[in-house]
Amino acid sequence: MFDLDKWQEILSTINKNRMRTFLTGFSVAWGIFMLIILLGSGKGLQNGIDAQFRQDAVNTIWFGPGTTSKTYEGLKAGREIKFTNEDYEYVRDRMEGVDKISGRYYMWQNRVISYKKEYGVFDMICVHPDYQDIENLTMDSGRYINEVDIQKKRKVAVIGRPVQKTLFKNGKSPIGEYIKINNIPFMVVGVFSDKVERDETRVYLPISTAQMISGGANRIQNLTIISSLTAAESEKFVEELRTDFAKRHKFDAEDLNAMWIFNQLKEYKMFSNLFLGIQIFVSIIGAFTIIAGIVGVSNIMIIVVNERTKEIGIRKAIGATPSSIVGMILLEAVFITGLAGYIGLMAGIGTLELVSSIIPQNQFFLNPEVDFNIAVISTGVLILAGSLAGLMPSLKASRIRPVVALRDE
Amino acid sequence: MDIEPGEMVSIMGASGSGKSTLLNVLGILDNYDSGEYYLNGMFVRNINETKAAQLRNRTIGFVFQSFNLISFKNAMENVALPLYYQGVTRKKRNLIAMEYLERVGLKEWWTHLPGELSGGQKQRVAIARALIAKPKVILADEPTGALDSVTSMEVIDLLQEINQLGITILIVTHEHDIALRTQRSIKLKDGFIECITYHQSNIKAVAS
Repeated sequence: MFDLDKWQEILSTINKNRMRTFLTGFSVAWGIFMLIILLGSGKGLQNGIDAQFRQDAVNTIWFGPGTTSKTYEGLKAGREIKFTNEDYEYVRDRMEGVDKISGRYYMWQNRVISYKKEYGVFDMICVHPDYQDIENLTMDSGRYINEVDIQKKRKVAVIGRPVQKTLFKNGKSPIGEYIKINNIPFMVVGVFSDKVERDETRVYLPISTAQMISGGANRIQNLTIISSLTAAESEKFVEELRTDFAKRHKFDAEDLNAMWIFNQLKEYKMFSNLFLGIQIFVSIIGAFTIIAGIVGVSNIMIIVVNERTKEIGIRKAIGATPSSIVGMILLEAVFITGLAGYIGLMAGIGTLELVSSIIPQNQFFLNPEVDFNIAVISTGVLILAGSLAGLMPSLKASRIRPVVALRDE
Repeated sequence: MDIEPGEMVSIMGASGSGKSTLLNVLGILDNYDSGEYYLNGMFVRNINETKAAQLRNRTIGFVFQSFNLISFKNAMENVALPLYYQGVTRKKRNLIAMEYLERVGLKEWWTHLPGELSGGQKQRVAIARALIAKPKVILADEPTGALDSVTSMEVIDLLQEINQLGITILIVTHEHDIALRTQRSIKLKDGFIECITYHQSNIKAVAS
């Protein structure tokens, strides 16, 4: 039921009482604005920390051999444990919950790589095919290392974008070209990109090829797995891993120095709890901000009705019905809080956009954003509260007796 | 006590004698405990607020001592307000308001806010507002109480003109020369009618 005339009356009242309107509107707009900024900042913080983890797969467990610190079955302490391809196969084939697995072999760190007359110094990383998922690599062109490369010990290389830029200056596709690493020619089969920039100045080689070239036989320096286990299950997996490897390599399962294990899943869980803490904190402050807004609106509405007692008395004397008085005050309250809420919402979102475009892509504060539903719901709540806050005084106003209101002081 | 249609009556009495109470009852602004009040042949007692508001709007026009104009509305909007509560469109009621402002001689002043008008002008705006809904009765509570004697007479002249158009007028006043301009004065004391004085000259004036 849209009554144009009613709205004209209300708009003209609002227009002619600008200060009052501004004060009411400002408290609502400010409340919403602060709420949006608060929620957005919380989200930005969360996005930042989240992105730190997203760069690598979050559900990984890394482990490698160490040096024993305890004697075991007649073996001396201080013995170096060595992992081999058999350990890789054991974990891959025998253990539950392993989705992806790759070993890593260290060879030729910081070596000169050349292509014709161009050269540069880069890291060699010698791995299994699954390593692509562990580092979350995306292929710009070509392919990653595959099983056949491993089996046939092919001399192939997957290079990062900066490597391509350094060696292939004329914009020529590097795929199929031969680059020389330590004077041994490797065929480039792919170019990758990594979300972590410093990890892009790398060259990936098949682990078997590296083992063959450096005479490392079947040595593996460390192993990494991706698992679909929950944090709790991963704890159990780690225990199992330790006892199994203790048996295989003959060391005391209690000897933590004999084998190191880094369970990123557990770390991630810890940060998840931190997020939850931040979220709860932000929600509580948000709720209080809304309450403060409600109190502000109620206060002003009560003052407004008091201030307008005489006007309401006049209106009633000349024939305003009680319901028309309630309608007038209420519609005005809803209109002002609604409009102000919308302005606050837009200003808040605009500020967040501005902030995220101005500040550099910080690793701890990324894409501050607001869940649109939460923003709309909280604005709705405030408008509703504004109306309720207007309702009580307006009912009071409708009961104003003209005689009292018009009594001369 | 009866007040006939078309009469112009003044109610006098010292403060506390019940003038304002009577006016509030007559204006359906207040309820009363005993007695009977018929307005335009209709028994009025304990009627609900909505009904009272409609009755006030259609049959009664108010003129107050302190004018009681809405301060943030200009002269025209103030005059037009009763029609707003009758659901008359904005355009139409503003047009009618201008007509009534012309009748009280304030056409050129329609854009002025009450604060920019003199006391006499404000009272004339208030009279225009009381007239716009074509009421049967105009209740004036000390309409000249805040005005000087010259302006007072102008306002009374205006009320008399209106009365000659057939609208019943009731003036509460304590000024004797104002009362003399009406057809009869009802003097109240302690809530009762003390005496009624007829002013023959005025009755004749109406008759002729």
